[in-house]
Amino acid sequence: MTLGIRRRGASRSRTRIDWFLTGLRVVALGVIVIGLAAFIAQQVNSDNPFARWANPDATGLTGAQIQGLVVAGLSQGAMYGLIALGYSMVYGVLGFINFAHGEVFMVGAMTGMIASNKLADAGAWESNFIGSLVLIVLLATIASTATAVVMERVAYRPLRGSPFLVALITSIGVSFFIQNVSVVLLGPGAKAYPGLPEWLTAKYTPLDIQGTRILVIAVAALSMALLWFMVERTRMGRSMRAVAEDKEIAALMGINVDRTIVTTFAVGGAMAGVAGILWGLLFRSVVHTTGFLPGIKAFSAAVVGGIGNMGGAMAGGLTLGTAEAVGPLMILEPLGVSGVSQLRDAVAFAVLILVLLIRPSGLFGERLSAQDRA
Amino acid sequence: MSGRLAFSGAAIAFALLAAGCGGGSEDAEPAVTASAPAQPDHTGDGSLGTVEVPAGEAVQIRSLNAISADVAALGIPNQRGVELAIADYGAIRGFDVDMGTGLDDLCSADGGQAAAQTIVADDQVIGVIGTSCSGAAVAASPLISAAGMVMISPSNTSPSLTSDLAGTPGESYHPGYYRTSQNDLIQGEAVARFVYEDLGLTTAATIHDGDPYTQGLAQSFSDSYQSLGGQIVGFAGINKEDTDMVPVLTEFAAGAPQALFFPIFQPAGDFIADQAPEVPGLENTVLVAGAALLVDSFMQLPQSEGLYITGPDLRYGANTNQSTGKDAEAFLTAYEATYGSPPEGAYWAHSYDAATLLLDAIKAASWINDDGALVIDRAGVRQHLDGVTGYQGITGTLTCDDFGDCSAARLTVIRHDDKDDLDASKSNIVFQYP
Repeated sequence: MTLGIRRRGASRSRTRIDWFLTGLRVVALGVIVIGLAAFIAQQVNSDNPFARWANPDATGLTGAQIQGLVVAGLSQGAMYGLIALGYSMVYGVLGFINFAHGEVFMVGAMTGMIASNKLADAGAWESNFIGSLVLIVLLATIASTATAVVMERVAYRPLRGSPFLVALITSIGVSFFIQNVSVVLLGPGAKAYPGLPEWLTAKYTPLDIQGTRILVIAVAALSMALLWFMVERTRMGRSMRAVAEDKEIAALMGINVDRTIVTTFAVGGAMAGVAGILWGLLFRSVVHTTGFLPGIKAFSAAVVGGIGNMGGAMAGGLTLGTAEAVGPLMILEPLGVSGVSQLRDAVAFAVLILVLLIRPSGLFGERLSAQDRA
Repeated sequence: MSGRLAFSGAAIAFALLAAGCGGGSEDAEPAVTASAPAQPDHTGDGSLGTVEVPAGEAVQIRSLNAISADVAALGIPNQRGVELAIADYGAIRGFDVDMGTGLDDLCSADGGQAAAQTIVADDQVIGVIGTSCSGAAVAASPLISAAGMVMISPSNTSPSLTSDLAGTPGESYHPGYYRTSQNDLIQGEAVARFVYEDLGLTTAATIHDGDPYTQGLAQSFSDSYQSLGGQIVGFAGINKEDTDMVPVLTEFAAGAPQALFFPIFQPAGDFIADQAPEVPGLENTVLVAGAALLVDSFMQLPQSEGLYITGPDLRYGANTNQSTGKDAEAFLTAYEATYGSPPEGAYWAHSYDAATLLLDAIKAASWINDDGALVIDRAGVRQHLDGVTGYQGITGTLTCDDFGDCSAARLTVIRHDDKDDLDASKSNIVFQYP
């Protein structure tokens, strides 16, 4: 009897929660729609009653400014996407979140910083920039890949088969370890990349976009294409997908599971290394904590896109990067919210929550291995 | 006096009794002499208690500075300034001074509070040189004050820690707090005058990162600028971890400011300097960086070239610290000899002066008791610091006001023209105040 009452109570509260969630969805979407509408109204004519009702002080933005925001968001988002790939691939294959992946990215950025400064000292950075860039991308990729592979071998492989939380907490420990090793080896302060050649920092017509940002977006797109080719069209990629599907059956089919997992870490690490160099080119400054927040954002991006789904990781990165760049000024400011620039992270994580509310498996759907589905 | 006579009488009676019981009169005699008044002149009334340092042990002071992460360039020279000051000052009445291990304020309220709790747990500690960051001091100062200790900061500048310079204490002022750095109201006023009067720019924007230091500075700049007749067209905050500054800069660009004052730290400051010229509408905006960016690691960046940077007047010339006889040149020689490279941050001299002020105060408030121990009157340390007037330090002539502002306040603005010759930039002074 008590059981019955409890069950009825539970089902009633579930309904209330459902109502609450529906309400939350409506409110969140409503804020976005009204914010955007107010923004458009203020752009068209800041004297119309709706624009004035929303925020009497709004001045609107010029076309160039809007474009600048979107491009900044996309270039930051491309980096989130590249890092998110590492989270997503490892999750797809092992079903665990490697929180130290942000540090793999930081190692790439640090390696690039050291190498580019050495090249600048030798004069090669100025005389042969493209060659130097290719070299530092290679070095950073190698360093990040090595970090990821060693991390897997030393910290995660011995724990395979242990409860999910053990590996998760270990990854947090690994993250702190790598940060502190960086402090010991390189010191704690912010470290700069050398200056970039003028042709790269100049703006290019027709869209008047800075060369660095074009480069960042282009390199990210290229890396993504290479990765897609590798996963979908090569033998190694097929074994990765097979291991993701079901480790035991894959092993029975003659696939070397350990090697496949190492490769997954390595490829994720390589992507993070590329992202590290792009970060260096774009922001030209790196500290040992550089990997932390981008790591968290990239993890969010992976979830937004649908964790385990590679296309989703990239799309999630771009969505999150653009939303946090555009959201404060084009949705919150038109509604008269004050101090919007400090709400940047809040906007990013609000996007995460919103996506989870509306599509709990992410924009492009989760890809789970057979064990997880079971 | 009659009490003391009575005590002496009792002691003699006791001695006689002891002698009567058979020997031991040698032991009793010192008890008689101990009762004689033996305290030489010292400051303080004992109201905060005393600390007794037994013979052979060291007087304990502490350094609490931002010595890790991105702000280490600010805090490490501060800590080393204390180390060198202790070495130069020598012993106090024959007692060595020990700084212990340098503590870390993490440049945050949490860090300041945690370190302050460690410090107050040791009741031998007399005073602290620190914190580096105002945010940490807001949390540390009440604990240090309540323990009867003193803290002298070489680089806190938030007005809330002392006063508004017009007689009203700040909300985070606690007795026992002193500093040798300037109150931000002076920096805000100086930058406002520089931008409005010297550069002749009538619209400006300013940015902070939510820290009490940067927020207070942005606010004081904004207030001064408006009272001079300028117009603030942008006042916004960012997060310390932000890297993409295009959104906040775009927000400013809507108001078309002629000048942008950004009193924030690295690395956020690096990104502002780098990305501002890229944002449509800010191409010609004059950038003025705050004192937190007067560090070599910022000034070596290509994007910092051409910026104005404000900071304490670093032209110490032949100013000599009256307690140790050292001037800036001697300090810097010793610094490089000891640590291998010149100091990166701007507040090493403030830290040195802060440490010698504290050591002087300990000397003034202490005496040797009959056990040969050094006794330090905590109230006396504060009394001495409250009364500091015309003290000659490396930073200039220090005088403490009623709320702990002791700075030899003068502020300069430099124009940073060459990232490869920082000394030239640092001496390229285009404005000074007052």
